[in-house]
Amino acid sequence: MSKVSMTVNGKAVSGDVKGNTLLVEFLREDLRLTGTHVGCDTSQCGACTIHVNGKSAKACTMFAAEADGADITTVEGMANADGSLSVIQQAFQDHHGLQCGFCTPGMVMTAAALLKENPKPTEAEVRHYLEGNICRCTGYHNIVKAIMAASGQDVSAIAAE
Amino acid sequence: MYNFDVVRPTSVDEALSALSQEDAQALGGGQTLIPTLKQRLAMPTTLVSLSGIDSMKGVSVDGGVITVGGATPHAVVAGEVADAFPALAHLAGNIGDPAVRNRGTIGGSLANNDPSACYPSAALATGATIVTNAREIAADDYFQGMFTTALDEGEIITSVKLPVPEKAAYIKFEQPASRFSLVGIFLAKYADGVRVAVTGASNNGVFRWAEAEAALSADFSVAAVEGLSAPSGDDMISDLHGSGDYRAHLVKALTKKAVAQAS
Amino acid sequence: MPKDQGIGASTKRREDVRFLTGTGNYTDDINLHGQLYVHFLRSDVAHGKINSVDTSAASAMDGVVRIFTGADFEGIGGLPCGWQVTDRHGEPMKEPAHPVLAQGKVRHVGDPIAAVVAESVQAARDAAEAIEVDIEELPAAVDMKEAVKDGAPLVHDDIGTNLCYDWGFVEENKAATDEAFANAAHVTTLELKNNRLVANPMEPRVAVGDYNRANDESTLYTTSQNPHVIRLLMGAFVLGIPEHKLRVVAPDVGGGFGTKIFHYAEEAFCTFAARQLARPVKWTSTRSEAFMSDAHGRDHVTKIELALDADNNFTALRTETYANMGAYLSTFAPSVPTWLHGTLMAGNYKTPLIYVNVKAVFTNTVPVDAYRGAGRPEATFQIERVIDKAARELNVDPIALRRQNFITEFPYATPVAVEYDTGDYNATMNTLEEIADLSGFAARRAESEKRGMLRGLGVNCYIEACGIAPSNLVGQLGARAGLYESATVRVNATGGITVMTGSHSHGQGHETAFPQVISEMIGIPEEMVEIKHGDTANTPMGMGTYGSRSLAVGGSAMVRAAEKVINKAKKIAAHLLEAAEADIELKDGTFSVAGTDKSVAWGDVTLAAYVPHNYPLEDIEPGLEETAFYDPSNFTYPSGAYCCEVEVDPDTGKVTIESFAAADDFGNIVNPMIVSGQVHGGIAQGIGQALLENCAYDENGQLLSASYMDYAMPRASDVPFYQVDHSNGTPCTHNPLGVKGCGEAGAIGTPPAVINAIVDALRSGGHDHVYHIDMPASPSRVWAAMQK
Repeated sequence: MSKVSMTVNGKAVSGDVKGNTLLVEFLREDLRLTGTHVGCDTSQCGACTIHVNGKSAKACTMFAAEADGADITTVEGMANADGSLSVIQQAFQDHHGLQCGFCTPGMVMTAAALLKENPKPTEAEVRHYLEGNICRCTGYHNIVKAIMAASGQDVSAIAAE
Repeated sequence: MYNFDVVRPTSVDEALSALSQEDAQALGGGQTLIPTLKQRLAMPTTLVSLSGIDSMKGVSVDGGVITVGGATPHAVVAGEVADAFPALAHLAGNIGDPAVRNRGTIGGSLANNDPSACYPSAALATGATIVTNAREIAADDYFQGMFTTALDEGEIITSVKLPVPEKAAYIKFEQPASRFSLVGIFLAKYADGVRVAVTGASNNGVFRWAEAEAALSADFSVAAVEGLSAPSGDDMISDLHGSGDYRAHLVKALTKKAVAQAS
Repeated sequence: MPKDQGIGASTKRREDVRFLTGTGNYTDDINLHGQLYVHFLRSDVAHGKINSVDTSAASAMDGVVRIFTGADFEGIGGLPCGWQVTDRHGEPMKEPAHPVLAQGKVRHVGDPIAAVVAESVQAARDAAEAIEVDIEELPAAVDMKEAVKDGAPLVHDDIGTNLCYDWGFVEENKAATDEAFANAAHVTTLELKNNRLVANPMEPRVAVGDYNRANDESTLYTTSQNPHVIRLLMGAFVLGIPEHKLRVVAPDVGGGFGTKIFHYAEEAFCTFAARQLARPVKWTSTRSEAFMSDAHGRDHVTKIELALDADNNFTALRTETYANMGAYLSTFAPSVPTWLHGTLMAGNYKTPLIYVNVKAVFTNTVPVDAYRGAGRPEATFQIERVIDKAARELNVDPIALRRQNFITEFPYATPVAVEYDTGDYNATMNTLEEIADLSGFAARRAESEKRGMLRGLGVNCYIEACGIAPSNLVGQLGARAGLYESATVRVNATGGITVMTGSHSHGQGHETAFPQVISEMIGIPEEMVEIKHGDTANTPMGMGTYGSRSLAVGGSAMVRAAEKVINKAKKIAAHLLEAAEADIELKDGTFSVAGTDKSVAWGDVTLAAYVPHNYPLEDIEPGLEETAFYDPSNFTYPSGAYCCEVEVDPDTGKVTIESFAAADDFGNIVNPMIVSGQVHGGIAQGIGQALLENCAYDENGQLLSASYMDYAMPRASDVPFYQVDHSNGTPCTHNPLGVKGCGEAGAIGTPPAVINAIVDALRSGGHDHVYHIDMPASPSRVWAAMQK
């Protein structure tokens, strides 16, 4: 066991972890932040995507020990300070960018990382950026649309219903 | 996963010392190693994370050579060499996915030498120098078959030096599930000749397609490749996603695309 | 101006808020005090005789609480099959035992041999590695046609054959069908495969068993589409726990797509072990484990023949299908290639004679059961591919050939025993031609060709039977369950409503759409209605969500219960208004007396029901809560026409979906936004099946596509924006909402459109010998097709 300390969603936290404790296990089990999901074991589905020092990372493919001293943001930290949905979260609701909700936390975190790097992405850029996030419900249509809408682009021309 | 410790040295010397322990193993970005550990296919006692060693991070361009620190994530390479070496930026910017690119490193990729990884093709096609804590290894000597390299036990890739070509292109044809290369072609044209490195295709890992190099060195054109026979499919990977013959066909088809793109 | 409330409004989903903020409650988020963890030791061979399982060393390891093997389940029921098919000769299907943990033999890679219960996941897994298993590997039955030959390895020795059943439908039509073929002007024959798929909901399966010694009650938290079905099957057939002592909870469930319908060994195990150990026992599947333990889908090998007369009218259709059951019969497996497949073989066409033969085969592979569409995608793929081939052989326009043979009058009784109530196949085809811009295709093809690419266009139709199902009918067909649905509408004193439904939402948006219906009926805001589902402790016996049935059957039950509530409320209102009940009208949440200005608000009536001071107590009871069970009188028949445009790179064989359009008839629509979303998801799964997804075994029964490294899931960059339309709704005639169901359509209608388009593209490039490509049309397969 070794002690790790990090900032999670703006709050300083610490805990004792084993070497093989994954960051996602620390978040879900020790901190009870169960919004970060585990959908695969080969680092492909992206349901566990979080931000580490402002950059997206897969919490299932990183040890908690590697996050010692890091600034972590999870989906629980994405809403506005008053608890209302952030622009990205609101766009996902407005455009029906989620169904079962399981991949959604990862999608929100990846979308946030994308818009930080590229504030007005094209459709192709959004699709490419989602390469590491698998959704089985939506066929991606409304996810791509929601992310483009969250970037302030007019999505009314994209087939709706 | 089995039990192991994770240590995070901040210097190469500390890392080497930690790696000298029995069954210690280096941990780069972990994007391949951690899934392997989850399958219990490796049993280290200690993982030595290289992510805390600042001297192994970063990209510099100097006199036509790009030097990439061994612990530099793909995303950083993609951003830093976009102007100086666009084909390399394109390669780095299409490994895995954005989250993988923020963690995975060039040193980790080259040390693992997965037969379908992207970076080995860039290193081999550019005639890169693999710099370790102990020595410098020419790419032509470094790759020794799939998952096999010239690295000794406990040896760390501290940086990679890649000569910038006059023209270059990387064409990755993705295996549809893993999104690794089914076949990837790195083409690099230098004043003294053309090098063509192929990843994803061969049972022996990344290799140079000598016939194409000769033809393109004489005549840098799509027609020059068109005139060649595809390499033999006999020694190529044959799996669910494509036969050896299909991969061999792709080697030629993608090399043509690479030449067209680089021209 | 679109509506903003009630039926027809695209109300934003209320459930999204918890999912977007990470506050959903999925089964793996549940951790109980004192919880133990189970790891299943699974077979790594496809077929083998278990000589011994020695757990002694493993049992002594740190953290191990107890190790269970097949011996612990002797005398305990096996996993039951919920549907019995009768074969061509009137004999029941072969129904081998399906033990919770393997007994005597292992029959597929992933078959559980032992279960280690320990204080941590890691301790359980460590101990599992220390179990000494002596298995004598046996030759495996993998290929279906080989498996039914004499001398093939037997998956189940005791039944003496790998043939589960040989089903003929309609057997009485066989001779006439054969005769029509003998007299046909043209016969088109096609051999094809419907590739094996893994459903892959993004949430892997999880089960947490709990036991309360104080009252002898068991609780199972599980990732299920139908908690009541699990309670019944597990309680009655496996563990012998009466339903009143067994609670099954399926909280937020991260997608199902069919594979979370079935009762699985792991659920039974966790419930059983929790009772044995008097501590909660949790199992969380890894994705790798899911590939070898979740029921797979599809896996049919078919020869289909279409007979046409000299005027290109379809005169007969004949098929022979081998359907893979895998190593055991999963819960509803036998129904999929039979009643969910054979009954749809008329498609949208007035083919007068149809004969379907299905041979269901046991193999040493993971059990195969319903996956989104279940039988109907297999039927649609065959029909629409063979029509496409016929059009090419006859050199006629594939759309015109379809239109010529469309059923146009309803109701229409097919020769395969179902009666379509409504539909307008020309209308959806007309819409498709418009939204897919068919007239612009030639120009788009020319533009692609300029870039050296081959462009193809594929069109097809589909019909499906949803709203499953009339209980008396399915009972005759072998179902061992009723397929009604239930709802309780509980009106609270202050007027708010809680609806307890037996349907289950795992992405479909019930919590938003169901209130729209109540809101419409009563005229109160949707926000005043809350939906509860997924817990057998507080919902009436329901059959759950699959077969696009939630709104058509569950919604109908809710309507019936709400009607009872409204009728009672009108009695109360009549009393309060001192008027005749017959004169009371309910509109916009207000009861009024017809022809007067006398009225009373909804909330005043509901309050009176619970504070019955001024109340007709002599006539009616206090309270306002009603339950209804709805059993449909027929299936519903959604239909549509789909169009796909692809580009094929002739150098590599890579196919790119350039556009995709879907025109569907779902009858009436409650929430258009949700309906579109359902279609989008189905299309992506259909594209996945057609281009990417391939669950493959080698000849020894080893699973080749055992993780996302080899099983290609569709990603955002594999698909385009879709054009979807559902404006041509012909309301269902037999349920109160006139709805048909939309959940599976995309997965049913999409694969043939994609393959038709690829064949079209290749033929445009001079590859005239190409009539078919098996799914998934991977680059290597497409390239190989071009080399012949």
